Amino acid sequence: MTDATHGVGAATPGPARVSTNSPMRLALRRLMRHRSFRVGLVMLLLIVLLAWAAPWITNGTPNATSVRVRFTPPSLDYPFGTDNFGRDLWTRVVYGARVSLWIGFTVALLSAFFGGIIGVCAAWFRRLDSLLMRIMDALMAFPAILLAIGVSAVLGPQLSSVIIALTSAYIPRCARMVRASALVIREQDYVEAARISGASSLRIILRHILPNCLAPLLVTLTFVFAYAILAEATLSFLGIGTPPPHASWGNIVAQGRDFAVEAWWIMLFPGLAISISALSINLMGDGLRDVLDPRLKIEG
Amino acid sequence: MTDKLLDVRDLAVSFRTDRGWIPAVDSVNFTLGEGDALGIVGESGSGKSVTALSLLRLHAERNTRIEGQVLWRGRDVLKLSRGQLQQLRGSEIAMVFQDPIHTLNPVLNIADQIGESLRIHQGMTGAAARRRAIELLDTVRIPDAARRVNDYPHQLSGGQRQRVMIAIAIACQPKLLIADEPTTALDVTVQAQIMELLRQLRADLGMSVILISHDLGLVSEFADRVMVMYAGQPIEMAPVDALFDLPLHPYSDGLISAIPDLDSDLDRLPTIAGSIPEPTRRPAGCRFAPRCPHQKADCRNTVLPMLEAGGGRAVRCTLHVTDKRAVA
Amino acid sequence: MTETIVSVRNLTRTFVQGGAGGKQLLKAVEDVSFDIRRGETLGLVGESGSGKSTIGKVLVGALPPSEGTVDLFGTRITPQSRDRAWKPLRHRVQFVFQDPHAALNPRMRVGQSIAEPLEVKGGMSRADRHARVEELMELVGLPPNFLDRFPHEFSGGQRQRIVIARALALNPDFVICDEAVASLDVSMQAQIINLLKDLQDRMGLSYLFIAHDLAVVRAASHRIAVLYAGQVVELAQRSDLYQRPLHPYTRALLDAVPRARKRQRPPVLGGEVPSLLNKPRGCNFSTRCPLATEHCRQVEPALREVEGRQVACHLV
Repeated sequence: MTDATHGVGAATPGPARVSTNSPMRLALRRLMRHRSFRVGLVMLLLIVLLAWAAPWITNGTPNATSVRVRFTPPSLDYPFGTDNFGRDLWTRVVYGARVSLWIGFTVALLSAFFGGIIGVCAAWFRRLDSLLMRIMDALMAFPAILLAIGVSAVLGPQLSSVIIALTSAYIPRCARMVRASALVIREQDYVEAARISGASSLRIILRHILPNCLAPLLVTLTFVFAYAILAEATLSFLGIGTPPPHASWGNIVAQGRDFAVEAWWIMLFPGLAISISALSINLMGDGLRDVLDPRLKIEG
Repeated sequence: MTDKLLDVRDLAVSFRTDRGWIPAVDSVNFTLGEGDALGIVGESGSGKSVTALSLLRLHAERNTRIEGQVLWRGRDVLKLSRGQLQQLRGSEIAMVFQDPIHTLNPVLNIADQIGESLRIHQGMTGAAARRRAIELLDTVRIPDAARRVNDYPHQLSGGQRQRVMIAIAIACQPKLLIADEPTTALDVTVQAQIMELLRQLRADLGMSVILISHDLGLVSEFADRVMVMYAGQPIEMAPVDALFDLPLHPYSDGLISAIPDLDSDLDRLPTIAGSIPEPTRRPAGCRFAPRCPHQKADCRNTVLPMLEAGGGRAVRCTLHVTDKRAVA
Repeated sequence: MTETIVSVRNLTRTFVQGGAGGKQLLKAVEDVSFDIRRGETLGLVGESGSGKSTIGKVLVGALPPSEGTVDLFGTRITPQSRDRAWKPLRHRVQFVFQDPHAALNPRMRVGQSIAEPLEVKGGMSRADRHARVEELMELVGLPPNFLDRFPHEFSGGQRQRIVIARALALNPDFVICDEAVASLDVSMQAQIINLLKDLQDRMGLSYLFIAHDLAVVRAASHRIAVLYAGQVVELAQRSDLYQRPLHPYTRALLDAVPRARKRQRPPVLGGEVPSLLNKPRGCNFSTRCPLATEHCRQVEPALREVEGRQVACHLV
């Protein structure tokens, strides 16, 4: 009983207290000190804020046409100019953010969910491994775009086909990521300890494997988020994404393509929006990766 | 004492972390003569390896601050240019690390790895370097050297890999070999072989050696002098026998008695209470004071230098020292 | 004599090495037998490749034996035994790992980790579990109010105490300590060994103490088995083994331990442990043994009773 008061105890005397130093919180604190993560976070929050406030900061009607003001260059009345139907591009870009963020978020969440389940099952139930991973390989062999064309052909061009197509394209990535970390974690002594105590597979997966896979999965997710926004834009640009007249960054750019020379602003502003949001999310992803990478820990 | 080969003065090292600069080591002073064997002993977090790596500036420069002087034959290593440092590393001062599997390149064969430093430092050509590599494998007693020289690291056992590391280290006949836990990853019988090899090489080549280890027994079999480190500072420096006859610092004393004895059936082992403080939570005065069975009122707030203790000894404690003079 | 709780007979464990193409049979443990009595510690010493950790894994049910039997508290485990056979044994046999950093889930509070075996076993209210965890913390010398902390807030020695507390949660009779102090600093090693001995005295525990360090094993064990290349070469009472080692390998192992003031430097044992895929014909140790004769190289020595201990050597 002699040594107990040193090391941990010496610096924090006092009554029993729930430790606030959970690894999650420590990571969060380190994240907040990470410069590029902060920059990315602020940018993304700004975009989210604009998308949320859309009805109040725009004219509220992204699809309202007005022939009189076709092709107006950026001005005080129309900060981003207008398009070939005379629609206010500021309004369309801001409303487009809602579509892009929604798609990015949903795709990231869904592929994390399904990819996570598949990855953990493959890693834990070794007999399922090769079957599951071959299915993932097959999915990965299809380019996301082909997949999307297929899905929209079946379901018709609508938002949900885009989401389904992109989710099925990113599930394999998440599954592989989770499988790789789960394979490492299943060999850890604490998993062995749980098994020795007679813990069930479900319990081990839920309490030991999944929580320790979350960090690398989170990093992957930020990239999936960014890719999904880009992919949605690409699909819409090709005319198989968000169906017009819904405003999405991709289909605004697609429309602007025909007028690239005389009305450059139609392509420029949604294009910028795509780059900025992808950049912000990637910055956050870099920060996450730096913070969650165990190699950064310094030993005395 | 012979000519000073190495003279380390007030060496202090700190690392940058996301919580700011964290001191790892401070107040390190020692000298090393030609042919000397110095042992540096300490537990984890004592700073023994940090000290060793600093002698050759092997830490990532961006995140490390090294203060003080490391005089190698009169020249301050800390002030050398990159080129000069490169010259020094490998040719005059060589190093052997704990884990040879991580220090050998898996895609190069043994001849290439030994030859590399020969080509860099001695401008040897392929065939000559290869001949020398075989010679060196013979020197480190790898049987059938002419054939084994074509092997890749994964074809060797742990002990053989460490022999190869030693061959690389002595390739350019360095004046000083720094061995950082060279046998920690090895089995006991193989450890004995490697230590025997180092002992013979030291005698044959007239090298000075700094042996860093957590194992006081190992160091005592090899070194002439021992520097005991605790929580980032040297706390005692003494000839090996003197240290074991009468350790002057209570920590050295504790460390010696905590080694399980091979000669008696003790049922309870003597222990040192408490644990080593983290670098950010080191006590203000004597860093061992909170764990020390002899601590006095002023131990916790007096910062002590190393005190002269006679017989070539120095200690950072007043317990056994009556005439309190700091080491010059 | 007190009751024998663990009885291992002719235990052999093989692994298949290599995938496509040449598959080879690797005998990690070969024909090992020993008993452990209640309240006794058996030390298991050997270098890498000696099979000591494999034996530990078989005894805790993480690996089935390939041949031979293991009797634990009267339940017999054979190569045919299914996982179900372990069910009644789970709470009686526990394990302490080498690396306390890897043995605790970094995302669980240490209290949760200690409580896990209790939760798995069930039949305890939340309040009872909490009380039991506090009791265990105290038992291993940690203040109970630390149980809400996370593993990274503890030193290596403290973490090992937590691992021990978890192993003791279900009141086991038999604990396997696999290199339990190997990754700790010298001053921490002594603390943990003392703790294990205290717990043994208080709870009547039996230990299988697996280690590569002879000095540590001496401090912790009553009897010691020395393993070489998967086989027991000598098994003896502690004082017999250390004062008068009979097997040349035991002697060499003792000589190799570095120690202060070793006036006479004994000859260094050459060579290395033979590959388990390609063991020598006669005695496994004959390739390195300074005393080996032609007979040793041809005929494998059997483990036999000599002066109240077991030795596998033709020359004793």
